[in-house]
Amino acid sequence: MAANLVTELESTSGRRGNRSRWVTVVRTPVGAAAVIALGALLVLAVVAPILWSGQATRADTAQMLHGPSGDHWAGTDNLGRDILARVLVATRLSVELALLATLIMVVSGLLLGTLGVLFGRRVGRVTAAVINVAVAFPGLLLALFFAVIFGIGTKGAVLAIGLAGAPSFARLVQTLVSGVEQRDFVLAARVAGVNRFRILLRHVLPNVGEALIVNATIGAGSALLSFAGLSFLGLGVQPPDYDWGQLLGNGLTGIFEHPVAALAPGIAVVLAGLAFNFFGEAVAKAIGVTTTIGRIRVRVPKPAVAPDRSEADRPDGDTVLQVTDLRVSFPAAGGVVTPVRGVSFGMARGETVGVVGESGSGKSLTALAIAQLIERPAAVEAGRLEFLGTDLRGGGTAHRDLLGVHFSMVFQDPMTSMNPTHRVGGQLAEVARRHGGLSRKDANDRAVDRLDAVQIPDPRRRAHQYPHEFSGGMRQRAMIGMGLMGDPALIVADEPTTALDVTVQSRVLHLLEEIRREQNVALLLISHDISVVRQVCDRVLVMYAGQIVEDLPAADLHSAARHPYTRALIAVVPDMHTALNQPLAVIPGRAPDPTSYPAGCAFAPRCPLATAQCRTEAPPLETDAAGRRVACWNAEAPIEVIPESAEVLCE
Amino acid sequence: MTTTSSAEPAPSLAAGVWDNHWVRFAVRRTGQLLISLWALVTASFLMIHLVPGDPVRASLGLTAPQSLVAARREALGLNDPLLVQYWHYLQDLATGDFGISMSSQLPVSQVISQRLPATLALAVSAFVLALLIAIPLGALMGVVTRGGRAQRTELSFTTVSVVVGAIPDFVVCVILVWIFGVNLHMFPVAGKSGLDSYVLPVVALAVGPGLVLARILRVEMLAVLQADYIRTARAKRLPAVAIYLKHALPNALTATLTLSGLLLSGLIAGTVLVENVFAWPGLGSTIVSSIQGKDYPVVQAIVLVYGVFVLLINLAVDVALALLDPRSTIREN
Ligand code: SF4
Repeated sequence: MAANLVTELESTSGRRGNRSRWVTVVRTPVGAAAVIALGALLVLAVVAPILWSGQATRADTAQMLHGPSGDHWAGTDNLGRDILARVLVATRLSVELALLATLIMVVSGLLLGTLGVLFGRRVGRVTAAVINVAVAFPGLLLALFFAVIFGIGTKGAVLAIGLAGAPSFARLVQTLVSGVEQRDFVLAARVAGVNRFRILLRHVLPNVGEALIVNATIGAGSALLSFAGLSFLGLGVQPPDYDWGQLLGNGLTGIFEHPVAALAPGIAVVLAGLAFNFFGEAVAKAIGVTTTIGRIRVRVPKPAVAPDRSEADRPDGDTVLQVTDLRVSFPAAGGVVTPVRGVSFGMARGETVGVVGESGSGKSLTALAIAQLIERPAAVEAGRLEFLGTDLRGGGTAHRDLLGVHFSMVFQDPMTSMNPTHRVGGQLAEVARRHGGLSRKDANDRAVDRLDAVQIPDPRRRAHQYPHEFSGGMRQRAMIGMGLMGDPALIVADEPTTALDVTVQSRVLHLLEEIRREQNVALLLISHDISVVRQVCDRVLVMYAGQIVEDLPAADLHSAARHPYTRALIAVVPDMHTALNQPLAVIPGRAPDPTSYPAGCAFAPRCPLATAQCRTEAPPLETDAAGRRVACWNAEAPIEVIPESAEVLCE
Repeated sequence: MTTTSSAEPAPSLAAGVWDNHWVRFAVRRTGQLLISLWALVTASFLMIHLVPGDPVRASLGLTAPQSLVAARREALGLNDPLLVQYWHYLQDLATGDFGISMSSQLPVSQVISQRLPATLALAVSAFVLALLIAIPLGALMGVVTRGGRAQRTELSFTTVSVVVGAIPDFVVCVILVWIFGVNLHMFPVAGKSGLDSYVLPVVALAVGPGLVLARILRVEMLAVLQADYIRTARAKRLPAVAIYLKHALPNALTATLTLSGLLLSGLIAGTVLVENVFAWPGLGSTIVSSIQGKDYPVVQAIVLVYGVFVLLINLAVDVALALLDPRSTIREN
C-alpha cells in the first residue's frame, strides 16, 4: 500500500512528457546537426577498421612522407602508410577508450556521490569534503597523477582519465540527489520503510537520470579530448596501436614538411569532441526551459483617435508635468501589445497624485514611461510629455541633467534597488557629482546631510556601509534620500511601501508627505492599495486596462466615486466594520489581458451596469465642470448591488 | 547584522562586528587551505607507494643489478615503516628538501627552481591575455545583446566562442604552429628565447579560456543589466558608460571571478601540453619526461608544486571575491 502511494506521488512529480522533450532536441538546427555528427562518428567507429585497416597498416616504402595526392588524400607517414586511412581507423580506438573512461567516471562518480544516501548523513558529509578537495584540482593534473600510479599505456590512461573525472561527476550526483531527496515521494518511501538502496534505485536515480546522462555525454567529449592529450604526450596509447592523439603527436614532429599529417588527426579530435559536446548541450537545453525571443520590430500604429485634450493644456506656471495620450507598446508573438493606451494628466507643484489599479493595469509602465526609463524593445509615444516645460519626447540623453537634478524615482523593492557592491553614501554622492559638479568630498557631505534629512541615525557611519547592512525601511529612506540629492520638482514613487513591513510603511509614507510639504515637490504615488493612496494624495487616477477610467479628488473617493470599477475597489477594502474573521473580498472576474482587450469598455465583462452599448463602444474620458474625469456610459447610475455582489473568496 | 537603528553610535562596536566576519572568513579559509594542503602532500607521498611493484626497480630498469636497487631503496628510505617514511617526507618538505632525482642525481629542489620561472611566466602572461580578451569582449557583448538586441551578433559570437573554446590546447598549438610557424614564419615554434618566443604558446593557452570567460561574462552582464539597481542607476541619469562600467561590470565580475579561478588552474594544467609542443623549458616538459623515465621524486615534487599553485589561486579568488563583494564573506555561514 505504501508502495502504491509512493508510485502515485512519483507519477505526479513531473516526469511526464519526457519522450516529447527528447524529440525536440532534433528539431533545433544545432541539435539536429549534433545528432547527425554523433551518429556519423559512432558509425565510423564501427565500420572504419573493417573498411580501411589494410590501407592503414600497409607500408609503402616508395611513398614515404608524401604530401596529399590522388592515391593518398592526406598523404603518407614516415613508413608510407596512408594517413587518411589511419585517422579514420583510429576513430574506433579513440571513441572506445573515451567511452570506457567515461564509464569508469560515471560508475565511480555515482558510487562516491550516493554514499551519503546509502550510508547516512555523516558518510555523506565526509565524502562531500573529500570531493570538494579533489575538484579543486584540474582534471589534467589528476589524470597525470593517476597515470603515474597506473603506469604509461592504454590501460593506465583509461583508468587515469576515468578516475580524474570522477570527483566532479560525484559532486554533480550529490547536488542532484540532494535536490530529489527532499521531494515528497522520497520522503514517503522513507516513511514507508523502503530500504535505502531501493530508494536510491527506484526513486532517486530515475529522477536525476536525464541530467546525469546529459553530463555523461559532455563528459565523454572531454574524456576524448583528454585521452588525445595523454596520447599526444606519449603517456597514452603506445605503438603499434594508434589513436588520434598519437597520430597528432607524430604528425607534429614533421609539421614543417608535412602539415596535413598533424592537421588531419587534430581536426578529427575537434569534430568528435564537438559532436559529443553539442549533443549534450542540445539535450540539456531541450530538457530545461526553452525561451524564444520574438524578433518582431515594433511599428506602433499612430493613434487613430484624436488625442484627448480635455485636461487642457493649461499653461500654468505651476505645472510640473504634462502628459497627453501616452502609449507604451511591446512587440509580442503575433503583433504589438499596448499595455498603456492613451494616458493624459497633469501635475502642479506640491500636488500629490495617486495612481491606483490592479497589477497589469499599466500604472507602473506609465510611471516608467514618464521617467524615460522604458527600454527597447518597448516603445513610448505621447502627444505631449513635458516636464518643467521641457519636451521629453525623443528621450535620449539631452535632458540628462534636467531629469537628474529635478526628477526623482523611488522603486518598490529597496532590497534590490541599491547596488550591492557600492557603499550607500557613494550611491547617493554619485548623483551630486554627476549633475551638480560637486567634488568628491562635497558630494559625500551632501549625501550624509541627505541621509540625515531622511531620518537615518548616525548618517556619517551609515554612509560608509553597504546596502545589505541596512534594514528594508532604512534602505527605502536612503532611496528617498538619493532622490533629494538634487532639487526635485517631482518624485515618482512606484509602490514605495509594498515590500515593507506594515509598521515601517507609514513611516516611509509620512516621510514622503513631509518632503512634499516642505519642499513643495509634486509627488506621483503609484500603488495597488487604494487606502494608501487615499491617506496621502490630493487627487487619484484610477487605471484599468492601460487607461485612466476615473480622475477625482481623494476626498471624494468614498462619497462621490462614479466609475463602477472605482466603486468596486473601495467596496473591497476592509474597514473598521469588516469583521476580522471575514475572508478578504475581491472584485469578481479577472482583469483583461493586454493581448486581447475587448472592443468596448474594458471593464464590461466584470461590470454590474454593463449594457449592450458598453460592449461595442468604448466610453470616452469626460471632464465635468469640477475638473473630475470619468470614462463610463453609466457613471451616474446607482449601484447598490456592488458590496453584496462582490464575490467573497477565501485567500 | 546591524539592522537596528540604535541611537548610541558605538563605532568601536560596529567596527568589531565588521572585523568579525572578516576574521571568521580568514579563519575558515585558512583552515580549508590547510586541509587541502595536507591532502595534497599526502597524495603526493602515497603516489610512489601506490605504484604497483617496486618503484626503484621500475625506474632503474630490469637490467639493473639487485645491489644497486637495494642501495637506492635504502637511500630513499623505502625500507622504513610507512608512517616513519611519511614523517620524514613531511620533515624534508618543511625544510624545502624534495629529495634527489633518480635519473640526474640532482636535488629535485634545484630542478624545480630552474624550471618553475619559465612555467610561471607562461601561465601568468596567458592568464593576463585571457582576461584582456574576456573582460572587454564579454562586457561589450553583454551590453550590445542586452534584452534580446542584436541577435545576429549574439549568434555568431556564441557559435565562434563555443567552437573555438572547445578546441583543446594542443590542437590550438598545432594550428598556430602551422599558420604562424610553417606558413608565415612569423614566430619561433620551439624553445624560450626572446619575447617573440612567448607569442605562440601564450596565445595557444589564452584563446580558449579567454573566450569561455567572455561568454560567461556576457551572460552575467545580461543578468545584471536586468537588475533593479541598474534601473536605479538609469533613474539617476548616469551616462551609459558609468552605468555599464561602474554599476554593472563589478557585479557581473564577482560571479565571473570564481570561474576565472577555475580557468586559471586549468591553464596551469594546460601549460603541460603547451610546453611539450613548444619545447618550453618549464615544469610541464619536465614532468612528462620524468613520468616516462619513472623519476618518481621529480614527479612527486612537480605534482606538489602544481597543486600548491592551484590552491593559492583558489585562495586568491576567494579573497578577491570578498573584497569585491563583501557579502560573500557572510554568505557561507
Ligand atoms: S461603460 Fe459600461 S461597462 Fe464600462 S464601466 Fe461603465 S457601465 Fe460598466
